[in-house]
Amino acid sequence: MKVLVFLEQRDGKLKSSSLEALSLGAKLAGSAADCAAVLVGKGVEGLAAQVKGYGADTVHVVDDAAFEKYNPLAYANAVEAAIKAHGAKIVLGVASPMGRDVFPRLAARMDAGIATDLTSCELSGEKLSGVKPMYSGKALAKIEIASGNVKFATIRPNVFPATQTGAGNAAVAKLSASAPADSRIKTIEVRKGASTKADLTEATRIVSGGRSLASADNFKILNELADVIGATVGASRAAVDSGYATHDMQVGQTGKTVNPTLYIAAGVSGSIQHMAGMRTSKVIVAINTDPEAPIFKVASYGIVGDLFKVVPLLTAKMKQLLT
Amino acid sequence: MKVLVLVKPTPDTESKIRISADGSKIETGDVKWIINPYDEYAIEEAVKIKEKAGAGDVIVACFGSDSAKELIVKALAVGGTRGLLVSNEGLETADSLTVAKVLAKAVASESPDLVFCGRHAIDDDNMHVGTMVAELLGWPHVNVVSKLEVTGKTAKAERSVEGGMVEVYEIGLPCVIGADKALNKPRYASLPGIMQAKKKPFDLKKPGDLGVDAAALKAGVRTVVTGFTNPPEKPAGKVFKGEDVEVMVDKVVKLLREEAKVI
Repeated sequence: MKVLVFLEQRDGKLKSSSLEALSLGAKLAGSAADCAAVLVGKGVEGLAAQVKGYGADTVHVVDDAAFEKYNPLAYANAVEAAIKAHGAKIVLGVASPMGRDVFPRLAARMDAGIATDLTSCELSGEKLSGVKPMYSGKALAKIEIASGNVKFATIRPNVFPATQTGAGNAAVAKLSASAPADSRIKTIEVRKGASTKADLTEATRIVSGGRSLASADNFKILNELADVIGATVGASRAAVDSGYATHDMQVGQTGKTVNPTLYIAAGVSGSIQHMAGMRTSKVIVAINTDPEAPIFKVASYGIVGDLFKVVPLLTAKMKQLLT
Repeated sequence: MKVLVLVKPTPDTESKIRISADGSKIETGDVKWIINPYDEYAIEEAVKIKEKAGAGDVIVACFGSDSAKELIVKALAVGGTRGLLVSNEGLETADSLTVAKVLAKAVASESPDLVFCGRHAIDDDNMHVGTMVAELLGWPHVNVVSKLEVTGKTAKAERSVEGGMVEVYEIGLPCVIGADKALNKPRYASLPGIMQAKKKPFDLKKPGDLGVDAAALKAGVRTVVTGFTNPPEKPAGKVFKGEDVEVMVDKVVKLLREEAKVI
């Protein structure tokens, strides 16, 4: 089966989960000859060497000044050119801001089926099937694409293994694609946003606060703990709605779905919509005065107590341990 | 300026999602339906544009069942000027591309200057339809927009991506803009707003009215959800209470290091 994998890069740095998509692609393709990848950007040709041994014989490279910054129309054109060059029947990518932007556009353009954010993915004959979380993970849906000349799928990061099997020369094949007129859409700038911490969705440790924090100022005790353990600070919807935390800090169904190794919830009661966004965290620590708080049902470890006493002590102990 | 907002009914975020005994579907009997939360930011932005211009249309459009009407009326209560419901009868479980095909026809029939939608719907979590509508119309789009300025026939849109980065676009109208939370603060409906909403124009259409052959669309559905399962349950955790706070904190730190090995 001819498979094409979209490798993402920003500022010349390959997205690590793209290797996960490539490893899956190599598996579905069955041979390195049938598996190809596509890189889009400016001065990105050298990145092809980084995917050598991950199962693709060819890396199509669209390398041009017009593709330096991400632009949905330009990147869709570039991936489309690679699909045609390779004769791809399956196109894989990552369910990232870029993958989730480019893939629906191409699926519409090519009248193709699309499965997004897969946590498992298989191929039997022509049928591509997999599992995707829906309702922020409150249910898992079995999804199938059986028809169409091309099928699109993106995978959830940090779920599939990245495996260097040694197969695949990753030989560069240069490709050209057209960029849209500036008057249609132009990326003027890519800049750092207000926050300098790791994004919640990429954080491996998160300290999250709920309504019990009672003020924006009190979030500083969470910031102190986060600084000590290298975590990003999150918040429940109740805390955000009360103005104690900003929107980009919200974890939950209408906020961010997070998947850290450690999630510390302080004064978070654990509403359904909050837990939908963090229940897949590997280890959950809950701190709450109410022993009946639903958050304790998903907690790996819990302390029934006042967060204003518990958190500073936790910070002090962690500091002892880690420094 | 003529603005069109695409909305979708979704289960309330506090809803328990229950899977039918045979695993074939989500039980929706006791679900409370709301407008997809991100669509509320889309509605608010459209209404703000109309207010700033002092005139204009804000059409609130939905592909759904008859029950979606009351949700559209709620959007009219906060400033929408006209409702448009395209019946999804026979296409209730159609995939996102099929929905986009119908909505693209609905948009084309209205020829708006600007289309808004929510960044994604919180039921299937796909983030497909707005982008697909743009593609089918041959329009550009920017999704997950946290800031927007419309000047004449162009707009400046900021889009939040991973790593705390922001992409800034200049985009020509007509286009599709997917609203993120930071875009604005949706208003609540006023009592006069609610009263007026019921009298605002409301069109009910079938796909056929838009020149869409529903049977052919149904036959062309590519992506199918074949069933659902519950996420795996977490094993019971260790919860400490009633002891000295310092003792409890010590225990948890020890467990984090020695049992969970995450510190």
